[in-house]
Amino acid sequence: MRAPPSELPIAIEDVSVRRDGVTILESVSLVLAPGAPTVLVGPNGSGKSSLIRLAMGLLAPSTGRIMWGGRDTTAGDRRAIVFQRPVMLRRSAAANIAFALRRGALEPRARQDRIAALLDLVGLAALGARPARRLSGGEQQRLALARALARDPEILFLDEPTANLDPAATKAVEDIVAKVAATGVKIVLATHDLGEARRLAGDVVFMVRGRVHESGPAKSFFAGPVSQEAQAFLNSDLVI
Amino acid sequence: MQEGVSAFDLILGGDPTLYAIIGLSLTVSVSATLLASVIGLPLGALLALVGFPGRAAIVIVLNAFMGLPPVVVGLAMYLLLSRSGPLGFLGLLFTPQAMILAQAVLVIPIIAALTRQTVEDLWVEYRDELTAMRVGPAGRVMALLWDARFSLVTTLLAGFGRAAAEVGTVMIVGGNIDGFTRTMTTAIALETSKGDLPLAISLGIVLITLIIAVNAAAALARRLGELQAG
Repeated sequence: MRAPPSELPIAIEDVSVRRDGVTILESVSLVLAPGAPTVLVGPNGSGKSSLIRLAMGLLAPSTGRIMWGGRDTTAGDRRAIVFQRPVMLRRSAAANIAFALRRGALEPRARQDRIAALLDLVGLAALGARPARRLSGGEQQRLALARALARDPEILFLDEPTANLDPAATKAVEDIVAKVAATGVKIVLATHDLGEARRLAGDVVFMVRGRVHESGPAKSFFAGPVSQEAQAFLNSDLVI
Repeated sequence: MQEGVSAFDLILGGDPTLYAIIGLSLTVSVSATLLASVIGLPLGALLALVGFPGRAAIVIVLNAFMGLPPVVVGLAMYLLLSRSGPLGFLGLLFTPQAMILAQAVLVIPIIAALTRQTVEDLWVEYRDELTAMRVGPAGRVMALLWDARFSLVTTLLAGFGRAAAEVGTVMIVGGNIDGFTRTMTTAIALETSKGDLPLAISLGIVLITLIIAVNAAAALARRLGELQAG
């Protein structure tokens, strides 16, 4: 069987997004290439989530274009996303993962093994039978990760996955993300938590008011941000 | 009072005529609700999820059809099923099957319209996740119907209630034939007009009790299901 075509790199070329007269993203150009996690940082309302939706194919550009692995189809099947507030289907944790598994892709036995492995990966092996909506916020976020991974993605978008979690739950999610990144899955994560960005980022994209102000290796960004906005953001000054 | 006692005698004494009528009524109403569900649930879900020109008009008509006059449906079904009608060759007029079909026609708009609203509300919540998971139209319909199952119990109950309480349609297409197409509602109407109030009252008591029992059972099942599924 032929391997599905790669979705990477994702090339965002001079993309603007406007809705109802409001500019959400403006003249964004960016390449998301295979490798270490790319972390989108910036204050609330800077356009991080919109950029993630755009790269996922859930948001159409008003102008400019996006290429996934050199193709401009939005129907890619090797992208997955975890939203800030993931919606749990009204069924068990295991059934949530089963729903995300491609139909007919696995034999029943292999399917069960895959579900068990994913539950194990996110530390929910003992909670597979529990209704997903009865899990805690952190557990639901980990289940959402497992569900996204069930799609066997080449690139995984994470939209502020720890925004509503306590430190312990945040660490659990970050550990899983690091583990997944180590397997070669490209991670693109949006956060306004600089600590999280420092812990996970290989590259940083800094955004303010729908524009990319700075992008490059995380070490350079944190050691010497170029733009005034980035310096202010790193100094925890108010950036609007 | 005397009439009330006689009615209970009929119920507790296992009167065969009474229980035959109850059995037929349940068979017809449950079958009609099931048939209407098979059509109305996916129809409502599709209307909730698929946009097309004229959709708004269809939704308005569907909502209006929730209040279809039973005698008008009965008349239409009579014309369809009568010997000279387009479906006359089926020979269904004045049979329980005709009553099931007629009740289903009454119930389909109720189930479809309420399902559309329920699924549309749920779709707002699920849209991003299902789109991101590349779930196709059929998968969306199935997923949303399944996840709305507890709300849809109420929809099915509304449909069953309409079917069980309905008299005009089954009277016209069933003919109220003794021992063959006589249901609780048609029997109540007939016995009242004949002055046999004990049978009419006992049927009324049974009908109301059944509807309450079905609703209670459904509410219990819904509660248990919600506890289990979260």
